[in-house]
Amino acid sequence: MKARVHITLKNGVLDPQGKAIQHALDALGFDGVDDVRQGKYIEIDLNETDRAKAEANVEEMCKKLLANMVIENYSIDID
Amino acid sequence: MKSAVVTFPASNCDRDMFVALEKITGKTPHHIWHQDSEIPDVDLIALPGGFSFGDYLRCGAMAARSPTIRAIREHADRGGYVIGVCNGFQVLTEMGLLPGALMRNASLKFVCKTVHLKVENADSVFTNQYKQGQVIDIPVAHHDGNYFADDETLAELEDTGRIAFRYVNKQGEATANANPNGSQHNIAGIMNKRGNILGMMPHPERLIEDAQGGTDGRGFFESIMNKIN
Repeated sequence: MKARVHITLKNGVLDPQGKAIQHALDALGFDGVDDVRQGKYIEIDLNETDRAKAEANVEEMCKKLLANMVIENYSIDID
Repeated sequence: MKSAVVTFPASNCDRDMFVALEKITGKTPHHIWHQDSEIPDVDLIALPGGFSFGDYLRCGAMAARSPTIRAIREHADRGGYVIGVCNGFQVLTEMGLLPGALMRNASLKFVCKTVHLKVENADSVFTNQYKQGQVIDIPVAHHDGNYFADDETLAELEDTGRIAFRYVNKQGEATANANPNGSQHNIAGIMNKRGNILGMMPHPERLIEDAQGGTDGRGFFESIMNKIN
């Protein structure tokens, strides 16, 4: 199974990199960009066949390492 | 005072820390390698600056899950002193021993210069040889020193005297211009509730003798020695 994990900054956490991207998009003439937030995308190959177990396992990975729960949220897709 | 300096792969201020501790305490510190699950019995463990594990994932994230971390946590739980400078501060927040997180500098630039710090609480293990409100000059060199915590945590840090150092101008005012990285409340260094753990982005170990251009960092190490001797 493959897990796809998206890590994003929590609302209210300043994202200077997202702001810099927004400014660069403005400079390139892309109109109508209200906000940009930058995150991380992680793919994990698992040799688990039970979907629920895989999900629980990746959830633990997120909490213990992949995301910093002080500043980040995570979402998991498994297929 | 017995001390130890932890080295992770890509730590690069570990030797500076080692030399500072050796010169000030008069005793040779122990080395701790990141894979050491057993560590010597010491009064102080120092987590040095650098770019441990290449700053992969998040600064300090990998180091905070190293084999030696369990032993360092036990040392801290027993009330042993722990300091984290720069990357060491990032490791302490990733370990959860200090609240908040250190994010990319607001300018997005690596900042390397000497800054003014105000001693916000001179009644701690780490600051008792400074005067309350004293302004000292200490170098910073980091890309991710932008201290973030939620409002509740910031209020608690403020109310309980756990902000050790704040970025200020020469006059001791915590202005936006004096803030090198965008840290909330101009925070440069904080302590845990119990007062035995401190993390700071500036490098006191880089200013301990005149040959380095100043000695404002000495008071930090002398404060800890004062508590132990």
